[in-house]
Amino acid sequence: MSMPFYVSPEQLMKDRADFARKGIARGRSVVVMQYSSGILFVAENPSTSLHKISEIYDRIAFAAVGKYNEFENLRVAGVRLADLRGYSYDRRDVTGRGLANAYAQTLGTIFTTEPKPYEVEIIVGEVGEDATADQIFRLTYDGSVGDEHGVAVMGGSSDAVSGYLGERYADGMSLEEALTLAVDGLGRDGGADSRTLGSAQLEVAVLERGRPRRAFRRIRAGEIDLLLGLDV
Amino acid sequence: MTSPNQLPPAFFTPGATSFADFLAEVAPDVAAHTRASADATAAATASAPHGTTIVAVTFDDGVVMAGDRRATVGNIIAQRDIQKVFPADDYTCVGIAGSAGIATELVRLLQVELEHYEKIEGTQLSLDGKANRLATMIRGNLPMAFQGLAAVPLFAGYDLDESRGRIFSYDVTGGRYEEHEHYSVGSGSLFARGSLKKLHSPGIAVQPAIRVCVEALWDAADDDSATGGPDLARGIYPVVAIVDSDGYRRLDDDAAGQVVRSVVQARQQRPDGPPAGPAADTPSVSE
Repeated sequence: MSMPFYVSPEQLMKDRADFARKGIARGRSVVVMQYSSGILFVAENPSTSLHKISEIYDRIAFAAVGKYNEFENLRVAGVRLADLRGYSYDRRDVTGRGLANAYAQTLGTIFTTEPKPYEVEIIVGEVGEDATADQIFRLTYDGSVGDEHGVAVMGGSSDAVSGYLGERYADGMSLEEALTLAVDGLGRDGGADSRTLGSAQLEVAVLERGRPRRAFRRIRAGEIDLLLGLDV
Repeated sequence: MTSPNQLPPAFFTPGATSFADFLAEVAPDVAAHTRASADATAAATASAPHGTTIVAVTFDDGVVMAGDRRATVGNIIAQRDIQKVFPADDYTCVGIAGSAGIATELVRLLQVELEHYEKIEGTQLSLDGKANRLATMIRGNLPMAFQGLAAVPLFAGYDLDESRGRIFSYDVTGGRYEEHEHYSVGSGSLFARGSLKKLHSPGIAVQPAIRVCVEALWDAADDDSATGGPDLARGIYPVVAIVDSDGYRRLDDDAAGQVVRSVVQARQQRPDGPPAGPAADTPSVSE
């Protein structure tokens, strides 16, 4: 007669969490940072078509690390939720907080009930009327939500990067300063010796406070080089 | 998958890019095309506001669309400053004639539909793709149309692949027809079309194209009681949308007012408008 193994809930959750964390740490980092006129998103991503950073709604953007198919699922669901809410009520009624809540519930349920947790970490950024109204929500594989200020890093060796950025970040940096700092930080990902990243390895987007309606804008390679002060 | 607040499975369907289809699945009560009973629509037809005349013409770098500002219920003017020309996205615009409520809802759905596709796929639909999506939506309204609540939009945009402005008209069954050079829909469209035919010439610049649209709307308002002429006392002018290689823009009220005043001045000399034919001067333009 075979006896089923008893696994304590603590052990089960820990195993799942370790599994998810390992998957997330495998990729490269993503940096989300407030700057003088909005929120900057920078990812190390050599692909120009498989995005880690995307637009969700007028003032809301999405950044993710981990397994592509899983966070892509979440991104599309977010676009659908936002568009549905905006169409049913009004465009102003779509908020980053509402979206973060839906993601948290979804990730939490998947973490406990599905055979395998999602190996993802995501950030929902919403640009407000002024810098104090900006919101950055970080969601992890188990559905926990954190409210971030200034700068947030996820994926890869996020501790090393966020340590570096945390010391140097200041409120109200210009886009050039913020991007240069973020790229320096991403260069600390993956070892003690820092690397220099160029526009070919970067995916950059901003939520610009001043833009009417749709605040999301991708920054293409040429403009990245210009902002970083590299000769093209 | 048990938490009540969790997003339902429909949100995770892979490969679906249509917002309208998604809406019909998860929130049929919010979807515009709910069926109404015959009795209810008969009453609604009599009391629902109707929008009237829309004109569109192509010019050398795109397309201009303009609409008058009147909505009517029977012989009553329901609204004197209604907007009937809207941006559908960055490179297209849509003008509405017919049941105002149905038509504005159709426009709202189209706007979300196009943006939804763009966000999910990371690229815009082709102009033909956009025109076809609108056709499907109009077809969805067919039962209501048979009961008297029809919405017939005019769709125009700048085709980024072909680098030119294009115009599409529709019928209530969702038939889609590409129009060349110029077109008009709505109750005053017969008069506007005659005017467009005489005043428009292929490859004109944007300013003459705006002028032609305003002249055509004047001619529509001249002979159709449901089409409103420009209201100089209140400063209510036609909505003029321009879509070219730079995208959509609406002519602001100052600029529209200038065109209107110049048309009025010319009509004081010659109430029937500029003469057609070889002897005709091309419409003069003041900017």
